[in-house]
Amino acid sequence: MSNQREQADMFLRQMEGFANEMKKAVGTPIIPEPKSGSQLWYDQREIKLKFLISVEKIKKFFHEGLAEGKLLATRCKKCGRKYFPPQVDCPYCKTSEMEWVELPRRGHLMTYTIIYVKPYSFGHYPDYTVGIAKLEDGTQVTAWVRETDPKKLKVGMPVRVEIVKREPEGYFTYELVPETEESQ
Amino acid sequence: MGRNVAIVGTGHSKFGNRYDVNIPELAWEAIKQALDEAGVDQKDIDFASFSNVGGWSSEPLPALVVLEYAGLTPKATYRVEAACASGSAAIKAAHDAVASGQADIAIAIGVEKMNESPTPTVIEFIGRAGNYFWEFQNFGLTFPGYYALYATAYMDKYGATEEDLCRVAVKNHYYASLNPKAQFTKPITMEMCMNSRYIAWPLKLFDCSPITDGAAAVILASEEVAKKLTDSPVWIESIGVASGTSNLSKRQGFLSLEAAVEAANMAYKKAGLNREEIVKHIDVAEVHDCFTIAEILAYEDLGFAKRGEGYKLLREEQTHKDGLIPVNLSGGLKAKGHPLGATGISMAVDLTRQLQGRVEKGRQATIVNGRALAHNIGGTGHYAYVTLYNLSKPRTR
Repeated sequence: MSNQREQADMFLRQMEGFANEMKKAVGTPIIPEPKSGSQLWYDQREIKLKFLISVEKIKKFFHEGLAEGKLLATRCKKCGRKYFPPQVDCPYCKTSEMEWVELPRRGHLMTYTIIYVKPYSFGHYPDYTVGIAKLEDGTQVTAWVRETDPKKLKVGMPVRVEIVKREPEGYFTYELVPETEESQ
Repeated sequence: MGRNVAIVGTGHSKFGNRYDVNIPELAWEAIKQALDEAGVDQKDIDFASFSNVGGWSSEPLPALVVLEYAGLTPKATYRVEAACASGSAAIKAAHDAVASGQADIAIAIGVEKMNESPTPTVIEFIGRAGNYFWEFQNFGLTFPGYYALYATAYMDKYGATEEDLCRVAVKNHYYASLNPKAQFTKPITMEMCMNSRYIAWPLKLFDCSPITDGAAAVILASEEVAKKLTDSPVWIESIGVASGTSNLSKRQGFLSLEAAVEAANMAYKKAGLNREEIVKHIDVAEVHDCFTIAEILAYEDLGFAKRGEGYKLLREEQTHKDGLIPVNLSGGLKAKGHPLGATGISMAVDLTRQLQGRVEKGRQATIVNGRALAHNIGGTGHYAYVTLYNLSKPRTR
């Protein structure tokens, strides 16, 4: 069976096929909406949406953090507040005097959900679980949880953070892994 | 605080899959109705605030496209964005223009055409409505997913069940079946809801509001103008507004939308109402039930129920038409439909008509206090607007 992204692509390709036939026949890309029969103009323009997002000021998070197997946060040198996701400015002290600190690996799961119906750009993955964990130092982290059976998930269960490669894209990210008795 | 502001005209399109109209045609359905009700002409309007979230629809500057189509150019305008609370933000913008004396008559227009894109694209855009880089890029949360995080925590802590969530759906689909403007026209059963497939565990298909096309508009006027236009103005008594963190990981917990509590307390304070006995002061409420769990959280965030007891109101049918505090007699976002930019304005339209006693019989609340409440949330408690509407003119401003 095809994944959700392939199904979405197929749906649009079908519409495009109809629109192309209409263009050949009557010179307009106008097709009937399947249920209502309302006439729809099939858009003749298309863009690719790809953002180029600056990580210049937080590049350590990736180069010295994830790439070296660590999950990093920033800490304000003045008030000691920890920021995750990392911020390079402390808005409370109005200072940019920050230091990088490694986050603890252990914590517990505050909440979670299993995503069955996916966004287009996640349509190629199998079902995935997203959770929010509170780590031992109180920092809260959103990430995928390596378990998709709702019966094996529980609010409050111990989890650890692992740095993993996200495939098929092949880039470093972090994941929450339920702690089983063997692994503890 | 400025001058008193009243709603003097309302307009509401049919919600649903509106493949039969484009964006300006859909908006015009609501605008025309509002102009007719108010008995004013485009030339009488000083300012038009415009609500649309967009992304999934073709027009990036819909305010201008709609104003031109509706004969409102060259009136002052801008588009406001507060995610799913954009409509309430547009009402606030129009309210502030009238209250401050910059406008005597203003129109707030909300339109959303979500069906211009295929469903997975719409899911993508709404999923990005939070913190794109840290929470969507890597983890692909969806809107049902965000609220499911609250549902999981709430059910675990307070013992609410999936049946309790479905009670919201059953109630709201029933009232939608009595509302000719609603997307869904048939009631559903508990079994249908419980047997529907999971979208984002523990939320199922019938726990979710649909993808909707729709438009709504309200015309606001100063006290002086309102008196000339209508014998039954509905006054904007107070507006409370607050925000929540973009990253859900930055929230204290997942049992309440803190921004909604903040906004409610602000609205109550401005109106001089005591939160502890708020249900006694309100005849009817529209709350932001984008997902069934959201309606339960709303009961508690608004003070209709104690913390952890919101779902019990449903078990006792206290938020049905003849209960303690009737909620979402329009069918709510859940079943009337949720065209994001139109939703907050749709709430104002329906509550105005409720207070004036002119909605369909089976869903007309008993109006005693003459006060109604709209609770409109953008994102997952990212933006919160609580607005009180009143048949009586606010005494002090």
